[in-house]
Parts: sequence; structure tokens; C-alpha cells
Amino acid sequence: MPDEKGTLDSGGTEMTLGPVRPASARRGFDVDVEASRRALADVDRTPGVAKPDPILTADNVVRSFGGLTAVDVDHLEVQRGVITALIGPNGAGKTTLFNLLTGFDRPDSGAWSFNGRSLNRVPAYKVARMGMVRTFQLTKVLSKLTVIENMRVGATGQRGERLLAAMLAPLWRSQEDDNTERADSLLERFLLDKKREDFAGSLSGGQRKLLEMARSLMTDPELVMLDEPMAGVNPALKQTLLGHVKSLREEGRTVLFVEHDMDMVRDISDWVVVMAQGRIVAEGPPDAVMADPAVIDAYLGAHHDVELTFEAEEQIHAEAEAEIEQEAQTND
Amino acid sequence: MDFNDLLTGSLQQALGPTAVVYCLAAIGLNIHFGYTGLLNFGQAGFMMVAGYAMVTMSTIWGGSLWLGVLVGIVLTVILALLLGVPTLRLRADYLAIVTIAAAEIIRQVISAAKFSDKLGGQDGLTGFIKPFREVNPFSEPVGIDGLVRWGPNDFWVMTVGWSLVAVSCLVVWLLMRSPWGRVLKSIREDEDAVRSLGKNVYAYKMQSLIIGGLFGALAGFVVALRSATVGPSFFATDVTFFAYTVLLIGGAARVLGPVAGAVIFWFLITVLDLFFGQATAGANPIIPASIMNDTQASLMRLIFMGLGLMLLMVFRPQGLFGDRRELAIDAR
Repeated sequence: MPDEKGTLDSGGTEMTLGPVRPASARRGFDVDVEASRRALADVDRTPGVAKPDPILTADNVVRSFGGLTAVDVDHLEVQRGVITALIGPNGAGKTTLFNLLTGFDRPDSGAWSFNGRSLNRVPAYKVARMGMVRTFQLTKVLSKLTVIENMRVGATGQRGERLLAAMLAPLWRSQEDDNTERADSLLERFLLDKKREDFAGSLSGGQRKLLEMARSLMTDPELVMLDEPMAGVNPALKQTLLGHVKSLREEGRTVLFVEHDMDMVRDISDWVVVMAQGRIVAEGPPDAVMADPAVIDAYLGAHHDVELTFEAEEQIHAEAEAEIEQEAQTND
Repeated sequence: MDFNDLLTGSLQQALGPTAVVYCLAAIGLNIHFGYTGLLNFGQAGFMMVAGYAMVTMSTIWGGSLWLGVLVGIVLTVILALLLGVPTLRLRADYLAIVTIAAAEIIRQVISAAKFSDKLGGQDGLTGFIKPFREVNPFSEPVGIDGLVRWGPNDFWVMTVGWSLVAVSCLVVWLLMRSPWGRVLKSIREDEDAVRSLGKNVYAYKMQSLIIGGLFGALAGFVVALRSATVGPSFFATDVTFFAYTVLLIGGAARVLGPVAGAVIFWFLITVLDLFFGQATAGANPIIPASIMNDTQASLMRLIFMGLGLMLLMVFRPQGLFGDRRELAIDAR
């Protein structure tokens, strides 16, 4: 579906598309969200399957810490214009994969690209400028800056951020006003407008999550990567956050998020990728994935519902070994 | 006890050339530590390179002091690059180690006997001050009768020095209200968050290191002009730590913090010095010699200064003029 390719036009043709697309969506993503979602229906439900219109692809990305292989992803594609969830038990390597994809960590080997542009050895800040912005599992707000200043930092291409222009306010004043206006509309949308002048360090955990997400939108990203957006958020706020994530999709942005909250995953994601022990073990629409025995095994351990005798354990070991061997052969 | 002497002597120091030197050095450290969170423990190194550059241009090569200033600035930038390139990608403490070591290396090399025919060894260099004093508009001592008085040469250095301070404060204010300054403050709060928003953190830290170093260079020029000589003892490690004390007293991340800090620091340290000097002097001292003799008295000011600094950190960690909500010293 080449006609559905999103165009990354950082020059930014101003688009006014009514209330659905706020002023923040300035890159103008030509993504037919419904078509993108429909296209996923025909995709195979096997790990590492190719997508009709991938925005992000990764090949053979391996990262080990000492003897532990934290991430070993053979192939991964993320479909443009949909919400993809990345789930898996603790220590599955989800956050490490996030770090690798966004340039915060370097893999031992592998290749990955965003919108067809290779990201090998591209530093994190350049990845962000390309339109792929992440948030953090442990929320990173700038505590001793006010909420509105936090938002302003997020704006890209600021003239006043260059050293020589910085001292001459007339050079950046008008751009600053535009950014502030955009920041204010985002704050309003994320219910933070009353906190505008407060120091970010004084916000509650949930409000920090909101602020971090709003701030990442100031960069006008094409792909938003959220690392556990629901962790530590109260149930009432959760519904709001869910709405925000969905609205990102309506704006034509692609969302990839890590989450442990299965209700959220089931509720908003169009596609689910399951990681366990650094590998991708399953992929598919949420309902199919959650019924997948491989996924249940990954979370609860294989044979979680069988009473274990010594003989049975021996047999399981033998089976597992055979399985691993078989897998190794098929992978070769 | 002559209280008028105490007041006169202290005021003379609080507004005198030495206070100017520490004020300029602390303005540089404010950029590094207060705004960017960089721990530069080698400000004395920047001062020394600049001071010696200015002096040697005229004593060795017969150039003018202006040429010396220019060379000093260029060398300071080079020093900042040398220190920053290997360390600014690492954690903050590496910069601290490298800068304190570099400052000592510079001092040891310059004072080495091997170079003493050109650089004067431990005695330092003189004989460059004439062009500066020739343009001195003051020929009589200046001051307020009965309160404080400075010699014409000192007052000329003060005029030039406080003017430099005023210009420096203006530059800092212009920079720190701009988006550029906002990025620096954000880096102080959380580097990774800033990186994730598409800012080249490394480049900003480098700019900060260079600019703060340049204010250190101004301090180095004033040292030479104040004393009409440069020697290794003017640039020992304690200079950097006194400058930090000045910064912490006034309040880090405040434009006028270093100015207030320098005046207060030199007032207090002189009052203490004169007080204990007088209290132990004469045939029948106020503090009997069995408790303290006059040699010991000369150390009391440092003991009290250290005590005062500790109390300040405990009860007012933001410094006298800092904003508690935005204090840079954070135990968490």
C-alpha cells in the first residue's frame, strides 16, 4: 500500500483539520488509519512477520550484558498508523529494546531503520529529531522547571536555542510565543493547564506521566514510544490517558508502547508483540495473542496448570530440550 | 578592639579587587554548576592559563596587553575543548576529577624550574603593568572619608573589574532567560530527558564549559592586573573552592548570586581575620595566649568560614538569594 505512506515533512505545511487534529499535528501525516488497521487483519500471526507498511523495522538486534543476552530480536516490523503494544514478563528486554531502537543504547549487532532510514549509530537526539520520540519508564520530568517550561523545551528547531541568537530576544520571541500557544493547547488537552506555573517536581506521579507525554508531543513526533505509560497512574486518570493514546492514532501518529496492564493492551492496541527472554515469541491482534499458549507460557511458565511429579519433570525437560533443538534448526 | 578598623578593612576587601576576581570566577562556575550541573573543580586552571597568556604576551613577545587578552581567550577555549571532549560524554564526576587534575598539572608545569627563565618559576612574572596604569584616570586615593579608602591603582582595577562583572551579569541574564539557557537548566535536571527531545546535550555542555571558562579567564586577567604580577600561588586549588564558596553563599543559578556572594564572603573573612588578629595582639590580648596565639589566630577565619558554610548548607542550601524551590544543591 504505497499510497498510504506517511510523509515526514519537517518543513511543516500548516494543516487545519478541525477538532480531531489539533495544532500540534503539523507535520501532516497522510495516514489512512482505518486502512492501516484493516491491513493488519491479513497479516500472519507469527513472530517477526512482515507488515504491509512498516514505519520501524529491526533485524537481528542483539544486546548482551556480560553473559546475559537481554535482547535478541530476529526481525520486527511496526505497522504505520496503528497502536502496537509490546508486552512480556519482567526482564523480557522490552525497555532494553526501546533503548536500542531510540539510540539510548547501542546493540552488539543488528540493523534497524525508521521510515526506511537506517538508525545504526545515530545518536538519540537525532533519532528524536527524525520524528521518533520516547518517554521513560521512570518518568523524567525536569523537576525544577515549571510545567510550561518543561513543555517549551520540547519544541524542536528553536532559533533561541542557538548560542548566538539566544542573547537577542527579538530573534526568537515570536517563535517562542507560537511554541507557548501550542504548549498551552496541549496542557489543556492533558488537563494540566491549572498546573502551568507549578514546578514539575511538585506534580503527582500520574500528572508527571501526562506531562511527559504532552512534552514529547511538543516535538511533533511521527512515532511515539511510550514506556509503561500506565505505571503508577490511578484508575480515573487511566481512562484519560487511554483516550490520549487513542487520539494520537487519530492524528495519524504511530504508537508503540510497553505495558503490563492487560486491560489497557486489550482496549487500545491494534497489534500486540510479545517478548520473553529477549526474543519475540508471539505477535498478533490482542485477543488472539492473549489466547496464544506461547504467551501464557511466557508469563506463567510452561505447564503452570499441571501438578509436577518427578517423572513429569524429567519428561518436561526432555521435551523442552527437543523443542529448543528443533527451534534452533528452524532458525538456521 | 578598634571596630572602625574592622569595618574599614572589611569594606575595603568586600568591594576591592580580590572580591572582583572571585566574583568573576564564581560567575563562570555558576554557568557550569548552577545552570548546567557540570562540576568544574579546575576554575583556577582557566584563570591561570588566561592570566599567564596575557602577561607572557607582553613580557616574552613584547605584545600589548590587548593581544594578551585575545590570546588568553583563545587558549581558554582550547583548554575547555581539551577538558570537555573526553569527559562530557561521561558522568558528571569524571569532569570533576579531570578538571581538578588539569588545573594542578597546569600549575605545576608553569611553575617548573625548567621554564623559570621564561615563566618565572615560583616567583612569577612582573613588568607588564605599565600600559595598564598609564591609562589610569585616578591619581589620588578614592573612597569615603573616615569609612573606606582605596589607592588609585586598586581603584582603577576595581573600576575595570566591576564593569566586567556588570557586563558578565548582563550576558548571563540574557543567556539564561533564552531558550538556550532553558536547555542548560534542563540538562542539569535530566540529561536523558533532554536528549529524548532532540537536543544535542553534548554540544550544549561544551558550550557551557567554554563560556563558564571564559568568565574564569576574565578573573585571571583581573588577578594579574590587581597584583601587577602573576605567580603560581595565585592559582592554587583553594582558589576554585573559595569561588565555589562564593557561589554557594550567594545562591547558585541566580544571576546576581556570585556578586552578593563575593562581597559577603570577603567582608566576613576579613572581619574574622581582623577580629582574631586584634584579639590576640598586644601585650595584654583579649584572648589570652594560653588559649590562642596570633599565629593560630590567622587560621581562625578559615575554621569559621568552614563552619559557616556547613550551617548554610544545612539551613539554607539554596544560598542567601537562591530560590528554595529551584535550589541546585539537592541531597536527594
